[in-house]
Amino acid sequence: MLTYIIRRILYAIPIVIGVNLLTAVLFFYVNTPDDMARKILGEKNVTATQVENWKRDHGYNLPVFFNGAEEGAAKISETIFFRKSLPLLWLDFGRSDRNNIDIGGEIKTRMFPSLAISLPIFTCALVLDLFLAMMLAYYRGTYLDIWGVVLAVVLMSVSTLFYIIGGQYLLGKVLKLFPISGFDTGIDSIKFLVLPVVIGVLSSLGVGVRFYRTVFLEEINRDYVRTARAKGLGEGAVLFKHALKNAMIPILTNVVVSIPFLFYGSLIMERFFAIPGLGSFTIDAIQAQDFAIVRSMVYLGSILYIIGLILTDISYTLVDPRVRFE
Amino acid sequence: MTPVLEIKDLKTYFKTPRGVAKAVDGVSFSIPKGGTFALVGESGCGKSMTALSVIQLVPEPAGYIAGGRVLLNGRDITGLTEREKRGIRGNNISMIFQEPMTSLNPVLTIGEQIIEAITLHQGKTRKEAREAAIEMLGRVRLPDPAALLFAYPHSLSGGMRQRVMIAIALSCRPDLLIADEPTTALDVTIQAQIIDLIDELKRETSTAVLLITHNMALVYTHAETVGVMYAGKIVELAPAKTLFRNPMHPYTVKLLRSIPGQEKRGLKLDTIPGVVPSATSYPVGCRFSGRCPREMEGCAVIEPPLVERVGGHSVACHLHDAEFMSGPYSRPLRHEPDALPPLIVPHGEREALLEVKGLKTHYPIRKGLFKRVAGHLKAVDGIDLTVKKGSTLALVGESGCGKTTAGKSIIQLIRPTEGRIIFKGADLTTLSEKGLKPFRSRMQIIFQDPYSSLNPRLTVKETIEEGIKALNPGLAKKAREEKIARTLDRVGLGPEAMLRYPHEFSGGQRQRVGIARALAVDPEFIVCDEAVSALDVSVQAQILNLLKSIQRDFGLSFLFITHDLGVVEYIADEVAVMYEGRIVEQGPTEEIFSNPKDAYTKRLLEAVPKIDASLLSAWRLPGDH
Repeated sequence: MLTYIIRRILYAIPIVIGVNLLTAVLFFYVNTPDDMARKILGEKNVTATQVENWKRDHGYNLPVFFNGAEEGAAKISETIFFRKSLPLLWLDFGRSDRNNIDIGGEIKTRMFPSLAISLPIFTCALVLDLFLAMMLAYYRGTYLDIWGVVLAVVLMSVSTLFYIIGGQYLLGKVLKLFPISGFDTGIDSIKFLVLPVVIGVLSSLGVGVRFYRTVFLEEINRDYVRTARAKGLGEGAVLFKHALKNAMIPILTNVVVSIPFLFYGSLIMERFFAIPGLGSFTIDAIQAQDFAIVRSMVYLGSILYIIGLILTDISYTLVDPRVRFE
Repeated sequence: MTPVLEIKDLKTYFKTPRGVAKAVDGVSFSIPKGGTFALVGESGCGKSMTALSVIQLVPEPAGYIAGGRVLLNGRDITGLTEREKRGIRGNNISMIFQEPMTSLNPVLTIGEQIIEAITLHQGKTRKEAREAAIEMLGRVRLPDPAALLFAYPHSLSGGMRQRVMIAIALSCRPDLLIADEPTTALDVTIQAQIIDLIDELKRETSTAVLLITHNMALVYTHAETVGVMYAGKIVELAPAKTLFRNPMHPYTVKLLRSIPGQEKRGLKLDTIPGVVPSATSYPVGCRFSGRCPREMEGCAVIEPPLVERVGGHSVACHLHDAEFMSGPYSRPLRHEPDALPPLIVPHGEREALLEVKGLKTHYPIRKGLFKRVAGHLKAVDGIDLTVKKGSTLALVGESGCGKTTAGKSIIQLIRPTEGRIIFKGADLTTLSEKGLKPFRSRMQIIFQDPYSSLNPRLTVKETIEEGIKALNPGLAKKAREEKIARTLDRVGLGPEAMLRYPHEFSGGQRQRVGIARALAVDPEFIVCDEAVSALDVSVQAQILNLLKSIQRDFGLSFLFITHDLGVVEYIADEVAVMYEGRIVEQGPTEEIFSNPKDAYTKRLLEAVPKIDASLLSAWRLPGDH
């Protein structure tokens, strides 16, 4: 097991470097450091000296990937890419290009509003998805099942934006049950959270129920379920004891990988509900051409994804006795 | 005395988009305490559905019991509530299935799966149930039962898993055990152990057994009474020994005569033309009409009832009805000759076509942080074989003995680790992939599973064409198409098969496509890897006849990889017995079968249930006595 995890972490190193490289290539393909400086200094009436000063102050006065002027290893190390990427390895995110804020500190404070909506959405949606999927599987082939699937398809066919705008209009503006958007700290935050959580759960419900129903139905048609029935077990025991435990295997693939991402927040939801989390932080940085923040968030995303995959593999060993790491 | 199980006019129907499928359509039989009743017939005849109806597990909501009664110790159980039925399942009636590999829950321990059944029905505490489970595992002769409680199914072999299934089934001492193809998926030696175990436990507890199988020899050796099922009905019902001594229904005769064996060498196996009619559209009269070799004018319109003719021997056939035979409808429509036509493959010059010397195929086992090679799995560990021109060499052995790896290594689908393979003067192991190309069309392989070995997205024409294009690229489009049509015709498929997809064919037809694919590139040597193992015996007979006739016509050499010794006896000129990667004995078929030297070969041969060869002459179509 330990050997396996060490090997996975070693595999992760080239992946992380590759992700960083790709982000830099894409970013600097659209923007040169000069463009960044002008945009941040305010487009008009920017002198060449101001641009040079800004680049020097923020460490963008070097070549991007390869420094021909230097000797030996310095050809690689004296570049924007190397200088900016290396500290990321020990999670030193540095300061943002535009407002010179401490990115690491910002991530720590903004993480909690993100979690405040993503965690309830995740748990409520999972419990509700599994419960409804199991119910449809139990009543498979009946009208309840048929109409349940139809409803799920309708739910998944509607855009998330429609749920957000529709929910804000109906529950916020017309019925005035919740504030349309905003955020607060402490106990007051609840009234701001209900609407995004309800909408988040609703918008993912169709896909979730349909997927888990398929997983359960696949298990229900297996030979061991027939054996369980032949033993005289009731449908409840067959479903909960025999099928659920086997269904956990595909379910875990779907679920565990997304757990680390709960920290990352939701780009769209946070934007529409004005929640000061990491999702809106990323979107704002992209619009403001703040390479420092974009790079940090992409790096964080890739790390969280790798952690998610390792966790998924480990969780397999917990539910499936056939999976063992040598 | 009331029989344990009595079925009266049972009807199990299914709602399908094409109408009502009458899977079981008026079946009646009974099993006394401690008796074994065997239900035989081709796949799709309703055997398994009869079993599921007895245990009240017909797949809902499509399937339902449309009529009839199932009496368990005299009590009708069809009308019980679901809760009452659950009290019977696993308690009074237990069932074991064909597939031991998938019939146990992979994520629950063996102990849990037995204890669950015991606590459910016997009101025992977990501690008592655990002791009972240990006792049951011991009774099915599994080693170290106490430790086995904590094992998961994947760590057990197929035979051990089937023993666990039997332990679960018998843990509540049921009145009736339903065994649905309990040995079909197992190795020959394991098959014998499992069936003997069921017999032994049956005697100890006087449980009645409903045995469902397509293995006629098993029925002959282990059943007291037999019901032959065809298209949802029982067409012949008799004590086992009587049935084998005097089969009365043409279907039964045909079925028995399609079994390959030593006695039929040099003869064509009997086959049944056509397929079992669809359960949604049976013929009005006798359901075997259209396929029957003795069909008469009235057969297609007048249904023959199942009537007892002589001492407990019932048959549903007009040929045994004196009144019908003297009536106006008895004019024969068809009268196939009774004798099996010869099918002899002439012995050629018998020079070696292919020589295998010291073949070894090892797979590396990798371990540790950097996946270093820690050892080798020696799948094939030094074998020598010679395949002669125009003859058949059978490679037999249990699953996992390395016979498939050997076959693939010989035709270089797997590159062997060591050894030489001399084919037409060239050592294939020394050739590069490019150098092998001219030899690829000379050597072909036919696989076991006709369902998964054909690409479902390619038409038959595309499948066959692919090989011709790759190995004979110079052939013009027109010549290619002619060749495909000719090959299909040779394997008994019409040219209309070309544009169809594999799913449109039956299993036997698919195997014909597989043979056509191999044949289309003009091979001299074909590896048949369990090529007939997944087929029903009547279909298997057709494919064996086909293989033999193409061998005769094209002078082909076969390497026949199989675990079915009846097939070997019928088709092979020479046999090599493989065990744990090595050949333990080889020689001419008759010599090996009549006088095996090696202990393993002896064990293998003894394990096969056999029908007394002297009965063969009694298997004659009615009307020819």
